[in-house]
Amino acid sequence: MKNLKRRFLCLGLLICFLGGSAELEAAATDSSASFPMHNYIRKEDRKSKPSADHAKFKILQSEFESAHEVTAACLSCHTERDREVMATAHWKWQRDEHLPGKGVVSLGKRNILNNFCIGTRSNEGTCTRCHIGYGWDNKDFDFEDPLNIDCLVCHDKTDTYKKEKGSAGYPKNSVNLNYVSQNVGSPDRDNCGVCHFWGGGGNNVKHGDLEISLLDCKKSVDVHMTTEGEDMSCVDCHITEKHEMAGKLYALSSENKNRATCTYCHTDAPHEDELLNRHNHRVACQTCHIPVYAKVNATKMIWDWSTAGRLDEHGKTLHENDADGNHNYLSIKGNFVYDDHVIPEYYWFNGTANHYLIEEKIESIPLQMNTLYGSYRDNGNNGGELAKIWPVKVHRGRQPYDTIHKNLIQLKTWDKESGVGAYWKDFDWDAAAQAGMDYVGLPYSGAMGFVETEMYWPLNHMVSPASESLTCIDCHTKSEKGRLANLDDFYLPGRDFNGVVETAGISFILASLVGIAFHMICRLVFGGKCKLNQEDQ
Amino acid sequence: MKKVYLYKKFERFWHWGQTLLILTLIFTGFEIHGTTSYMGYRQAVEIHDISAWAFLILIVFAIFWHLTTDEWKQYLPTLKNMKAQLNYYLVGIFANAPHPVKKRTLSKLNPLQRITYFALKVIIIPVMVLTGLLYMYFDYPDIGIEMDSLEWVALIHTLGAYLLLTFLIIHLYLITTGRTATSNLQAMITGWEVVDDDEVIDLVEEAVEEAGLKIKPVEDDEQSHEEVKELVVKALKETEEKVAEEKLKGMEDHKKINKKL
Repeated sequence: MKNLKRRFLCLGLLICFLGGSAELEAAATDSSASFPMHNYIRKEDRKSKPSADHAKFKILQSEFESAHEVTAACLSCHTERDREVMATAHWKWQRDEHLPGKGVVSLGKRNILNNFCIGTRSNEGTCTRCHIGYGWDNKDFDFEDPLNIDCLVCHDKTDTYKKEKGSAGYPKNSVNLNYVSQNVGSPDRDNCGVCHFWGGGGNNVKHGDLEISLLDCKKSVDVHMTTEGEDMSCVDCHITEKHEMAGKLYALSSENKNRATCTYCHTDAPHEDELLNRHNHRVACQTCHIPVYAKVNATKMIWDWSTAGRLDEHGKTLHENDADGNHNYLSIKGNFVYDDHVIPEYYWFNGTANHYLIEEKIESIPLQMNTLYGSYRDNGNNGGELAKIWPVKVHRGRQPYDTIHKNLIQLKTWDKESGVGAYWKDFDWDAAAQAGMDYVGLPYSGAMGFVETEMYWPLNHMVSPASESLTCIDCHTKSEKGRLANLDDFYLPGRDFNGVVETAGISFILASLVGIAFHMICRLVFGGKCKLNQEDQ
Repeated sequence: MKKVYLYKKFERFWHWGQTLLILTLIFTGFEIHGTTSYMGYRQAVEIHDISAWAFLILIVFAIFWHLTTDEWKQYLPTLKNMKAQLNYYLVGIFANAPHPVKKRTLSKLNPLQRITYFALKVIIIPVMVLTGLLYMYFDYPDIGIEMDSLEWVALIHTLGAYLLLTFLIIHLYLITTGRTATSNLQAMITGWEVVDDDEVIDLVEEAVEEAGLKIKPVEDDEQSHEEVKELVVKALKETEEKVAEEKLKGMEDHKKINKKL
């Protein structure tokens, strides 16, 4: 008997111990020192000061007539760097990528449509404010001239370098080019952010997870970039070699290559709990660790072009805001819906995307601008690439299309002048469509309608602290609010069940209980003869 | 009335270990299934996994024990007395009829128990273990297991869980149908079960049978067998008397010591 008791005690203790240790594990994951890391230099070990003092260079002290001269000065020492820069997508605004069923296609801001400002073609003069060059305002821009490179927009450390609006990428006249060029270095968050935070015409309009709050944010907004912690710059993850940066965006690229990944630093097994590591086989890190985006400022969720063009009684453009102070109507752009603290939508994604090309007919509505490929079936072993569950910002639009030719329309939105078709000047849909399509070299039938479109933005930034990441029951739940409630092409424990099995199981239990109750009553009713009463005798 | 030693030490450890583990597995399993939410999903998964492994280890020991002690034969299904047993539960029990099948050390299970426990051991538990392992290692190609879908594994595992729970409920009730409401429970705790006097003869006969297996006459004729049997019965009775005497003496001594103290 003693032995038996001891054994039970051991078993009980074992269970308590193992249960208890699991709690400790959960607590430990919040301390940043406890998980494995490689390929990463901690803040305290970084050498932030450059070895060269550019202020001492004579060539940067002489007065510059134009921004091109600054580039010439840079290249006089940094020879051959121009070739590196001119090979990048930052310069070319396109890359050659293979699209399934379409072969190799040049994709990029230069030619792809979106459901924000629609497209750059015929509008270069304003869009190229975000190009790393000078002077791209039409098709004649010389991509082979190194002096067209804008070194300063990325390398300025003074925060005083600004590009002028509507000036094809040239800096504002107020910029002191000597001061800026003498204070250059590795890009900081604000260098990248000046374009990547402001895409789509305002802060956080496009991405939802990239915006100005990241310049100085709390740990809860982004554990990597927070000024309370590691204060990482973009290039700490987007490792750059010869000006080629790791990582790319599936709004504009298609192939599964040159990606910046979490595992580059965090290893393939970042959790102490093996079960969590195994989740990573089919669940992207981002899914649990970016539970919500647009954590500070709102992001644009819906853009309806069809209502654009309404003017006030004096013929002036309108600006209307929602209760939070975000635009919800602009005459030049139509209606918007902004939202903050947005819960992502979840998609299977295998690292490749398709892209709608302007010459293609619209075959289904809503039109998917950049279909993310992947399904539960893509387990990495049956031919295709491994698909994982990803958090995605879906931007929904209603934008102009040609109702006869059944393709989207490249709208001419911007120009310095009135009367040349720019919608934002003249508010003439037909003229704007004709001008844009002429520029692209495609026919416009003259019949325009508006069509629903969706654009998918896989989320990668605004990574939350471990304590705020998703927990099991955010997905493993029968609740309709479960994160994966709509991703129903597979069996998920805790969410899914089979009606027949459940009904059968519950029937077994009920039947046995009823049977027992009936049997017991009979035993009690037959009084003295009942065995239940014998114990008292 | 006499006591019979029915359940050996390991047997009881196995039974109660199994009870604890199955209860834990059911409790945590239905949490994982999303039916309940008491302890938190992660905790439930962890405890479920640990209990599953503990159960598997216990099963390995139990198989070893059953094979080495020949106890596995107790679970061989038989139709003999099946009708009587069913009749007892459906009719006899209400009329205070005697149990149709006597408990003996060599045959302590009634035919209903035999078939139920047999199904449990040979079908339900193995299926639960197998689907449980597939569940744990589903879709992890790094260790070479990959299936198209977890669905059928999950459904079988769930159905098995319902069946186990149903068994547990019925089992819990039926243990009250012993000589008294708690006599079966007491037996499974102490190993000893109280039996009626008229069963003593059966028991001795059983012991003779058991001993008979180890003592054989040289000549294989009826008379020789009878002689051996008589010899064994005599020896057994003497042994029993001796044991009783010693026990009595021991009790007296015990009383004396107690008084002194």
